[in-house]
Amino acid sequence: MIAKDVAIVGVGSSNFHELYAEKDASRDPYGLAADALREALDDCGLGKNDIDGLLCTNLKYGRMGDVIGLRNPKFVHDLEGTGRMSGVSLQEACAIVQAGLADVVAVVYATVGRSVGMKYGGEDGGPTTAYDTMYGMTSTGAYVSLMYQRYRKMYGVPEDALAPLAINNRYNGARNPRAVFQREIDHAEYIGSRFIAEPLRKLDYCIINDGAVAFIVTSIDRARSMRKKPVRIAGTAGMAELNNHYTSPDFYFAACRGVADRLYKETGLGPDQIDCMQVYDNFLPTILFTLEGFDHAPKGSAWEWVADGTIGPDGSRPLNTSGGHTSESYMQGFALHVEAVRQLRGEAGDRQVRGCRTVQYMCASPIVTSHIFTID
Amino acid sequence: MNVEAYARLLPDITAANKPFWDGCAAGELRLQTCTECDTHRFPDGPTCPNCLSRSHTWQTVSGTGTLWSWFTMHQKYFPAFADEIPYLVAYIKLSEGPFMISSLVDPPAELELDQPVRAVFGPDATGRPIVRFTVEPVEPVEPASGAVTR
Repeated sequence: MIAKDVAIVGVGSSNFHELYAEKDASRDPYGLAADALREALDDCGLGKNDIDGLLCTNLKYGRMGDVIGLRNPKFVHDLEGTGRMSGVSLQEACAIVQAGLADVVAVVYATVGRSVGMKYGGEDGGPTTAYDTMYGMTSTGAYVSLMYQRYRKMYGVPEDALAPLAINNRYNGARNPRAVFQREIDHAEYIGSRFIAEPLRKLDYCIINDGAVAFIVTSIDRARSMRKKPVRIAGTAGMAELNNHYTSPDFYFAACRGVADRLYKETGLGPDQIDCMQVYDNFLPTILFTLEGFDHAPKGSAWEWVADGTIGPDGSRPLNTSGGHTSESYMQGFALHVEAVRQLRGEAGDRQVRGCRTVQYMCASPIVTSHIFTID
Repeated sequence: MNVEAYARLLPDITAANKPFWDGCAAGELRLQTCTECDTHRFPDGPTCPNCLSRSHTWQTVSGTGTLWSWFTMHQKYFPAFADEIPYLVAYIKLSEGPFMISSLVDPPAELELDQPVRAVFGPDATGRPIVRFTVEPVEPVEPASGAVTR
């Protein structure tokens, strides 16, 4: 959908570094969400009572409304705590504002995945999951490992092909004061990283953490009276690929391409016009699948495309400038949305992309979504 | 193998899926098959994903397929498998269409994409007959479609 008259006006997020440092804390996700929401409200100058739409992810809407004293939103519900929902929640916020169901929509997300020792996938999956776990099949990372093993064999990909992505994310994380990991790594450290689900290494995995993210979405007319320059949603599109496993026979290529075709046509923008990319990186191979599906890199050779500096901070298409899920924190895509806003506003500090006027968010998963953000 | 923990991972045998497990005991791979459009499905489900018919039979299928991919698990995750690390998990594309997670019996050191596999049956650590797969020798073939020559 073309959402040119809708904007993100306020963003908030936890200090993921501080939360990670204190491992044994007992935290209330609703409290973390409220903190992020307060920061997002301060960011745009709105008050809590201006919110009339509330979209909760990994949070129950009833408890959330009660905790923050938001009794009568005109639109409210919650979404499951999966990474694919960050893109979906922004799409809903845009549609809600455009349809007039609500004027100011707050999107909130929180997790205490680290402090409660949460495992993703595995035993808490759907009714057919036991047919997989009985063979030792574990989680989403293992499914991405299956896809990456096949990708490697199909395209003759060397063992260290993900190193540029791991190094890039850590380099960017080192320039993000909120990132969990703020230390750069080199090729030797990457290749020395132990296997989890081989061929995937520990450094290919996202960092489970506690934290929260919030952003405020409203009409562009209303956005013009806010504290900061509005970040427009130039366009957004989605397409699911649903089956019994977290895997796709073509690594989500057709679904990504279907989303890309609509998004690029509707916005009149294409990969060459993108100044900065925020790619959902639950595990690093997902970045390769995404870049190919969205036509940033040729099919079968994204691993070469990312190795030549293009994705670096001074390259033509900087990638995951906050450090992404493998360095900043695994916030299931929500924090990548916030980073898109901060880059477009020029608020990204040491990791700021020069002349950043368009940012694309992309998520290759059972629900593929992508948005292009712009700033006036 | 931590048998007690492993037993908790196994699917419950129910009226809906019992023919599959009876097939394993008989050394046969049996799948739900739509009586209206002949589409096979796995695991058992309430309706045909192709035509939405609620009517099905259980058919013994070929037991053949190909190795779509695999990985080796090094991390302790399930207590049941803590002593098995590292262990291999295979993703099989059955000749009839559905995909299955499984394991390979005595896999060779080198595995190839789309290598033919065949279902084999035997008791697991609890004594329940289950299906695993064995890889068939690779015959020299042309590169698979989609492969890139470098």
